[in-house]
Amino acid sequence: MTGDIYTFKILRYDSSVPEKRPEFQLYRIRVIPGLTVLTVLNRIRDEIDGTLAFRASCRSAVCGSCAMVVNGKIDLACRTQVASFDTREIILEPLPNLEIIKDLVVDMTPFWNMYEKIRPYLVRNSADPEKEIYQSEGDRKRIDQFVNCILCACCYGACPVLSRNPDYAGPAALAKLERFISDSRDERPMKELEAVNNDKGVWGCDTMLRCIDACPKDVRPTDSIVSLRKKLIKYKLLGKGNK
Amino acid sequence: MLKHDVLIVGGGLAGLRAAVGLCDRYNVGLISKVHPIRSHSIAAQGGINAALANNPDAKDDTPDKHTFDTVKGSDYLADQHAAEIMCYEAPKIVYEMEHWGCPFSRFPDGTIAQRPFGGAGYPRTCYSADITGHVLLNTLFERSVARGLHIYPEFVVAQLVVKDGECYGVVAIDQIKGEIVAISARATLFATGGYGRTYYYSTNALTNTGSGIGIAYKAGVPLKDMEFVQFHPTSIIGTNILMTEGARGEGGYLVNKNGERFMECYAPKAMELAPRDIVSRSITTEIEEGRGFESELGKYVHLDLRHLGREKILERLPGIRNICLDFLGIDPVLEPIPIMPAQHYSMGGIDTNEKSETVIKGFYAAGECACVSVHGANRLGGNSLLETIVFGKLGAIAIDNYLQAINSEPDAKAIEQATNDVEAKIRKLGNSNGEKSFRILDELRKTMSAYVGIFRIKQELETALNKIIELEGRAKNVSITSSNLFMNYELIGAIELEYMLDICHIITLGAFLREESRGAHSRRDFPQRNDTDWLKHTMATIREDGKPEISYKDVVITKYQPMERKY
Repeated sequence: MTGDIYTFKILRYDSSVPEKRPEFQLYRIRVIPGLTVLTVLNRIRDEIDGTLAFRASCRSAVCGSCAMVVNGKIDLACRTQVASFDTREIILEPLPNLEIIKDLVVDMTPFWNMYEKIRPYLVRNSADPEKEIYQSEGDRKRIDQFVNCILCACCYGACPVLSRNPDYAGPAALAKLERFISDSRDERPMKELEAVNNDKGVWGCDTMLRCIDACPKDVRPTDSIVSLRKKLIKYKLLGKGNK
Repeated sequence: MLKHDVLIVGGGLAGLRAAVGLCDRYNVGLISKVHPIRSHSIAAQGGINAALANNPDAKDDTPDKHTFDTVKGSDYLADQHAAEIMCYEAPKIVYEMEHWGCPFSRFPDGTIAQRPFGGAGYPRTCYSADITGHVLLNTLFERSVARGLHIYPEFVVAQLVVKDGECYGVVAIDQIKGEIVAISARATLFATGGYGRTYYYSTNALTNTGSGIGIAYKAGVPLKDMEFVQFHPTSIIGTNILMTEGARGEGGYLVNKNGERFMECYAPKAMELAPRDIVSRSITTEIEEGRGFESELGKYVHLDLRHLGREKILERLPGIRNICLDFLGIDPVLEPIPIMPAQHYSMGGIDTNEKSETVIKGFYAAGECACVSVHGANRLGGNSLLETIVFGKLGAIAIDNYLQAINSEPDAKAIEQATNDVEAKIRKLGNSNGEKSFRILDELRKTMSAYVGIFRIKQELETALNKIIELEGRAKNVSITSSNLFMNYELIGAIELEYMLDICHIITLGAFLREESRGAHSRRDFPQRNDTDWLKHTMATIREDGKPEISYKDVVITKYQPMERKY
């Protein structure tokens, strides 16, 4: 058998037994080159410990299920190669800034609440045309990076503002707002921006850029926050504002 | 007990479209094994077909031409009236998705961009770069948020409640609360997806166990055409992650180790854009005859995109490039991609008609778990996203009509009985001293990939069938570490195993009995299509003793008489 023996240290916690404190459990497992953290997690659950909880689905970095902290870095377990670390010890912890349900599974409810608050859908007042609403290639390009967001919450877990202020909307929700507000087809009134014109919204961001660093899909939430701030200032100064 | 007028099971495209069509007028609940946005629809890459005639090379495209391509692609096993309905609905639902905010890629004139896809006479595949499933699923999920749909994420169905030919809801496990929950409904729609994980080599997500299909079968709903399994020609070696057909639609080549574009020998006109069954067989033949490459991860051929140039790859296929970088450490701008065929899609499924109805009153199915049949023996690329949304929409209309016509309430006793059954089953799993389910599943998946794959032959199908029967016996004694219902993924796996075995049994039995080659079902011992004896659907129903009963049903032929299928 080829491959090296690795030690996986995984944070275990069961919210249905709250009196028992979170603790690391060690699993030793042989890893052949090319295996991802997710593949090893599946093997641990199958072969060693059936009680281990983690979320996973697509295993190709598009569904956003398996965000976690791997050796201190937030990423998707499915796209993280075990051999990419300079050590035979892999430490796995759940995503920060969210309550643990069990082991590596966190309660995403606050994340989804923030997402729903910004009205995450195309808002139209005009009647729909018979065919498509025209959009230029340039206008489509403008929303490209924000369209790529897979809502995995890596940014939410990495955000230093959220760690001290859970009322902050967070990078993903604000990036989603920017995705719609800068869509040439969206007709929401600019006064909707008032909802994020505060410390829970666009002014809460410290611009530490941790969200950009954590995003597995090259989205830059900070860009959206800066852009929303500019739109707000324009709207406040001119009493109106265009997209 | 939870109570809804309508219960939708599955949060992918078909389920969400059905729910969005009903939740303004009815009390609708949607349960899903994963949060809807994690559903496998998200992973679809290449696009959705609709005869919009936006492409300068497709100005005379029509829904009729789309229907013909679909029927020919199906090797004439599709029900032609259903394929026609789908192709006529296609432009309507694509415009609807666009109006709801779907960010399609655009042509310079601002219309929805369309690219060529396999088996299609015109470039009619609408796309958003190579993340079309992602943008469609996000758009429908956004609509469901706008309409206040009630969603129960991380609920897993354990049993369908059917009594005397009528469906009254499901019994599910709420993983987060750790409870068994009965959900009563006057109408239930399954949109539970395919069974890719019954194969060792599959492009599908880990959650695609096909359990919804097995649950319906166990409750007495017939399954149709299960032996027709689609193998996608291009999955990367090792992980079998999908490389979209759009890569070939944009001009990518398939090349063997001699540097030849070998599709010239198999489909001289369509080349790389022949339908998937033909391209997968061609790649397999190249490898079998020694013209493939070899590596630790398996034998393969090259998908070469280098001549498309950096700019086009970054603009049209950025997701493909990222997958290659993340999972192979290869940049397709500079190097060819090592690919092999892998299980990808299920043409067969729960027997439904063009309204997404089943033979059980109040029970509907749509999307990959269903078989209308619009894909027949082989599905064209770009038609599955289409099918999910069209039949989700039409299912919602059928449910609306049904609910207006009936007055009966769900049978409380039947629901209670089903709940007791599920509780007993879980207790038994916790008390057994048998094998772990993953060991049986591992053997099942290897069996399916080895013997019920791209090319089939009587002896191997017999071997597979015997193995499956052996595994069914062993599965009766499966055990789990804990029968705690709270976040217990091992328990879910053990429950699903039984359904996966049923599905594999029926796929293999159908393939064994069908003595011809049609579409994705290719028998080495019967290499010709045989319309005289086999132009018919395979139907599988569970008997009282738990064994499958196979019968056959006529194919609906309207405008297109079967012809030889050449590309």
